[in-house]
Amino acid sequence: MKIAVCIKRVADSETRVKIAADGKSLDDAGVKFILNPYDEFAVEEALRRKEQAGAGEVVVIACGPQTSQETIRTALAMGADRGVLLEAASVPADGLAVARALAAELQGGGYDLILFGKVAIDDSNHQVGPMVAELLDLPCVTCAAHLDLAGGRGTAEREVEGGMEEVEFPLPAVITVDKGLNEPRYPALKGIMAAKKKPLEVKPAALGTAGLEIVAMTLPPERKEGRIVGEGAAAVPALLQLLREEAKVL
Amino acid sequence: MSHVLAVLEQRDGSLRKVSHEVVTGARRLADALGGEVHALVLGAGAISGTDAAGRFGADKVITATNAGFAQYAPEGYARAAAERAKAGGYGAVVLAASAQGKDLAPRVAAKLGMPLAADVTDLAVEGGAVVVTRPVYAGKALLKVKVTAGPAVVSLRPNVFTPVERPKAGAAETVVVPGDGGRVVVKGIKAAAGGALDVAEAPIVVSGGRGLKEPANFKLLEELAQAFGGKAAVGASRAVVDAGWRPHGDQVGQTGKTVSPSLYVAVGISGAIQHLAGMRTAKVIVAINKDKDAPIFKVADYGIVGDLFEIVPKLTEEIRKLNG
Repeated sequence: MKIAVCIKRVADSETRVKIAADGKSLDDAGVKFILNPYDEFAVEEALRRKEQAGAGEVVVIACGPQTSQETIRTALAMGADRGVLLEAASVPADGLAVARALAAELQGGGYDLILFGKVAIDDSNHQVGPMVAELLDLPCVTCAAHLDLAGGRGTAEREVEGGMEEVEFPLPAVITVDKGLNEPRYPALKGIMAAKKKPLEVKPAALGTAGLEIVAMTLPPERKEGRIVGEGAAAVPALLQLLREEAKVL
Repeated sequence: MSHVLAVLEQRDGSLRKVSHEVVTGARRLADALGGEVHALVLGAGAISGTDAAGRFGADKVITATNAGFAQYAPEGYARAAAERAKAGGYGAVVLAASAQGKDLAPRVAAKLGMPLAADVTDLAVEGGAVVVTRPVYAGKALLKVKVTAGPAVVSLRPNVFTPVERPKAGAAETVVVPGDGGRVVVKGIKAAAGGALDVAEAPIVVSGGRGLKEPANFKLLEELAQAFGGKAAVGASRAVVDAGWRPHGDQVGQTGKTVSPSLYVAVGISGAIQHLAGMRTAKVIVAINKDKDAPIFKVADYGIVGDLFEIVPKLTEEIRKLNG
C-alpha cells in the first residue's frame, strides 16, 4: 500500500499567543512547535495500514517554512519512509492555495490512500484535505474516527451532531482523521536515529495566488474578572439567584 | 448589486436550526451588497421547516431534489451547490460550519476555485469586499480576513449568529438535480448513547475534569444536565478524554471542540490554557473547584470553591426545583 500523509508544523496547544510586530501573525519567539496533533493520528494510521499490508511506502508531505523539516523528521522517526517539504516562507491563510501545492505533488503519485489530520490546531481552516480530494477528483471522507479498508473499498465513521455517521467509499481516497482513530506511537530512539538518514526532498511550494488576505490579528477581549460566590453547597442558592437575576441565563 | 446563496442543512427531511443562523448571516451580507438571499436546501423530496427561511430573510427558497439526497451525499450536494452558485452569479455563498458544513464547504469552494473563509464569527462588507472575523489558535486570537476573490465562500460557526426575523417573500422553487449522490455514500447515523445534543450546539454545557476522580462520577454531571430539561450537554476536559473516561466528541478545548453556549459550568476542571481556549466565548461561565487558585476562576463569572461532590447534587436539586 502506498500512502501519503499530509502534515503541518503548528504552535503547541499550550502556547500563549502574542501578536507579532506586523499585527497580522503570531510572534513565534519562544514558541514550541509540534507535529499537528490530528496529523499524528494520520501518520499512525498510515504506518498501521502499511504494517498490515506487509508492504508499501508511507510518504509524509508538508507545506511550510524550512523549519517544517523537523516536523517531517518526527513523522519519519515514527516510521514513515520518506518526506517531502513543499517550502513556503509561510503557510497562506487561503487553504485552497495550500491544497493546490499539495495536489500538484500528489498528482500521479499512485497513492492508494492520502491521509490528513481533520484540522490544524493553529489556523483551524478545516478544509485542505477535502479541497485536495476535489482537485484530484478523489472520493473523500472527513473526520474519520473509525476506518475499515478491504478489497478496494472502505467504510468509515465520522462524528456528527448527536451521533456517528456511517460512510462507504471506494479507494483510492482522501481521508481526514479524528482523534479516537488510534493511539499514536512515540518515536523510539532507534526510529529517531534512523529518521536522520531517511530521504527528505525539499522543493518550492506551487502555491499560486491566494484569495484571502489577512487584515489583522488581534487578541480576543479579556473576560472581566469574575467573583467567588461562596464556599461549598451553601453557596448554591446565591449562585442561582445571580444566574437568574444578574446573568439572566436561567 | 449581487445576491447571496445560503446553503441550508436538513436531517431526516427537516430543516436544522443552524440553517436559521445561515439565513441570518446571508441576509446581513445581502443587505450590504444590495441583493437578495436565495436559500438552497438539498434533499430527496420536500423538506419540512423551509418556510422558516423566508421568516429569517430569504427572498427565495430553492429545494433541489435527487433520489440520492435523502442522507447527506458529500459529492452530490457539493456538485449541486457549486452548480447553483455558478449559475446564479452570486456574490457570496454562505454555509454552516457544522459537521456537515465543514465537510461540504471546502468541496463547494474548491469546485468554484474560490477560497473558503471557514468557521467565521463575524462578517461584513467593506469597500465591496467580504471581510470576516475567524478565531485561530482555538480562540486565543482573532483573524480579520478580507476575501479578495469572488464569490466569497463563508462558513458560519454555529451558535454565534443569533437568528433575526426578517420576513421576506420566501418564494418557493423546486428543481431536480440530475446525476447520483456520488461515490461517497452515507449509510445512516448511529445515535450517540448520551443523547442527541452535541456539546458544540447545546445552549448549556456542563463539563467535568479530573476533579471528578473516576468515570462513574460523571453521572453527577449527567443528572445536572438532565435537570436543565434537554437544553444541556455534558462536556469533558482533555485529561479525562485522554484517560478514556469520556468519548472524544465530548472534549472541549484546542484539540476538541470550541463551544459558545449561553452557560458553561466547569466542574473539577483546573483550566489549562488549551481548555480555556475552547470555552472562553461562552456567555456566562460558572466554575466549581476545590482549589481557590485554579486558573478556571480567572475566566469564570461566578465561582464556588469547595467539594464538587456536595455542590453539584445541591445545584441539580435547585435547578430541578426551578424547572418545576
